[in-house]
Amino acid sequence: MAILALGSGALFGAGLAISGMADPTRVRDFLDLFGRWDPTLAFVMAGAILPMAIAWQIQRRLLSPLASSEFNVPSTAKIDGKLVSGSLLFGVGWGIAGLCPGPAIAGLALRPSEALIFVVAMIVGMMVYRSLSRPAFVETLATEKG
Amino acid sequence: MIPDYAMPVQGLIGGLMIGVAAAVMLLGLGRIAGVSGLLARMMRISDSGPPLVLAGMFTVGLPLGAFIVSLLSGPVETRYPESAVILIVGGLVVGFGTRLGSGCTSGHGVCGLSRLSKRSVVATLCFMGAGFATVAIMNGLGLGW
Repeated sequence: MAILALGSGALFGAGLAISGMADPTRVRDFLDLFGRWDPTLAFVMAGAILPMAIAWQIQRRLLSPLASSEFNVPSTAKIDGKLVSGSLLFGVGWGIAGLCPGPAIAGLALRPSEALIFVVAMIVGMMVYRSLSRPAFVETLATEKG
Repeated sequence: MIPDYAMPVQGLIGGLMIGVAAAVMLLGLGRIAGVSGLLARMMRISDSGPPLVLAGMFTVGLPLGAFIVSLLSGPVETRYPESAVILIVGGLVVGFGTRLGSGCTSGHGVCGLSRLSKRSVVATLCFMGAGFATVAIMNGLGLGW
């Protein structure tokens, strides 16, 4: 199981590097609609969604995953203020630095010092959220997605 | 139509690899390949999610895969913002936002959209829109990089 997770992470990280998404300037230029717009990220999303759409169709027909006992996939459909405000905030940070979690962590191998600054700040941001949301933490458990 | 600095073919190939990686997590281990959630799990910031070792292995795999690509193909282009302030503020907001919104580009964008999850469609529209607006505002204020 552990080797499968390592392999998945490595394939994911290799995909980020090959697709140009390890480059914050390319990501920022995708978000720069009124400037030097770079559509590459749209191709990455299309390429990533295709195999996953097939995987979800297979998942519906499987009783359990191939190397684990059960599927743990989000079941909630609730669209609330947390989802909207959190996603808006994430988008603001994404626009500021041109980095989201996957490329930032993959970047630790490519541009260690700069990527580390972002990743440490990101972990601190996660800890701040957790410390502020302790009483509501049970609710987060039900809506975990990643 | 597509500018010459774009990388449509590499984007599609890299994207397919990302999608297959997420499919391995789903069909092999029954888990969503949401990077923010797995990082939070590895750091014990989240109480839910896969066993710590799985979250840790996936997270360590990300730089390993990028490193292997740089070994095989030469340096990977990484143009980072020069300002540490931009990296720190961006990181803090991304970390807080992804926990509050239960996901990022991988969890909501790749895994959620491909499943047509309404939550993920809303989340993706929100972070895309906020990203477009943020870059436009930063450029307007002369803070673009």
